[in-house]
Amino acid sequence: MEALYENLLNIQWQQIVMWVIGGLLIFLAIKKNMEPTLLLPMGFGAILVNLPLSGVVDRYFLNGDPIAVEEGKALLEAGVEGVTYEPGIIEELFNMGIANELFPLLLFIGIGAMIDFGPLLTNPKLLIFGAAAQFGIFFTLSMASLLGFAPNDAASIAIIGAADGPTSIFVANTLDSQYLGAIMVAAYSYMALVPIVQPPVIKLLTTKKERMIRMPYEQKSVSKTTRILFPILITVITGIFSPKSVALIGFLMFGNLIRECGVLDSLSETAQKVLANLITIFLGITVACKMQADQFLTWETLLILGLGLIAFIVDTAGGVLFAKLLNLFSKKKINPMIGAAGISAFPMSARVVHKLGLAEDNQNFLLMHSIGVNVSGQIASVIAGGLILSFFA
Amino acid sequence: MNSVLADMAFKIDTEAFLDSLPTMGLGMLGIFIVTGIIVLTIAALNFFTKPRKKDN
Repeated sequence: MEALYENLLNIQWQQIVMWVIGGLLIFLAIKKNMEPTLLLPMGFGAILVNLPLSGVVDRYFLNGDPIAVEEGKALLEAGVEGVTYEPGIIEELFNMGIANELFPLLLFIGIGAMIDFGPLLTNPKLLIFGAAAQFGIFFTLSMASLLGFAPNDAASIAIIGAADGPTSIFVANTLDSQYLGAIMVAAYSYMALVPIVQPPVIKLLTTKKERMIRMPYEQKSVSKTTRILFPILITVITGIFSPKSVALIGFLMFGNLIRECGVLDSLSETAQKVLANLITIFLGITVACKMQADQFLTWETLLILGLGLIAFIVDTAGGVLFAKLLNLFSKKKINPMIGAAGISAFPMSARVVHKLGLAEDNQNFLLMHSIGVNVSGQIASVIAGGLILSFFA
Repeated sequence: MNSVLADMAFKIDTEAFLDSLPTMGLGMLGIFIVTGIIVLTIAALNFFTKPRKKDN
């Protein structure tokens, strides 16, 4: 009988807080439709790993009694008798899928297969806005350094500004950051919050007149040869200048090559749907491994959430201000709002800009331009991730 | 709870901040250089693969 309730006594208040956080993530996913594919598995995983003596995470025992993980590791290494170790399935999944960067890279194949780079190929200059909108990453790097984070952690926190989950996981994991859980929660939460975070920043930095600038879209055809050569050349160029990003850009562009080659439709469809969905299911619940109360409920987590918000705001500001700068020298004015779509949150950011344009002038259709800038942000964020790794790995 | 509150002290590291500034500049420069090369590559691709007009 005692066995039925004795685990109740092992419940700690920190675990209850994590259940609430897990419940909140599930609520946001279901009720608010915020990045449900990731927030829901993460929320459920947060509850799963924070049950007392949870069997899904690694556990250590001394003479049959549970002991703290760190203590267990130390005793096991010291060869103390009576210490036993039971692996947990979530930690096993983490070691097999995230510690070796497998899941984020496989997900990138699916993302690459989903993206149509056509709007960028018809107007390649848009890529410059994608570059400008990565300023938030490097600004946040400095802010995180100012707040006392170690260089590898500061760089990992900064990459939240890439607004790209797989890149954030890849970089934080490669740099062996201890804050992977908080970084993931921040990255995916703010991506979901793009429609809330971006509009006030854009409106603050632009005048009504600027927001009403019309940008007619000229439909141009892109040859199939260009569409096929594009992913190959981008991989080669990025790989030469930023070798650490080869895995990221390579898998992204491999997915895109499958899409554009025209002879692998079945593989392209599988990558876009089945592969991406399968990896997403495991990615979310596996990342929750790093949401154990003792690691997650820290002052640093709050700081990381704050820094992540700063990264998104400065990214947006960087793109908008760069477009305004170009307008000073250009005869053909650009609507500066499209600069904000340079963050990689695809396609939310492009939609936000398009809607803001329509709100000011119901005949101002910015979608194709903002989509072009948005896919540019996808490439630029990977380049930024590669550069961060070049500097810190 | 006390341990969390005890940790709530800002550790301002101005030296690390100043050290990170060159990285910020180098990072942004790097992104603009690489994207600039990609822009030129796409422009070249479009130029060399555009359909040729047939002479009548």
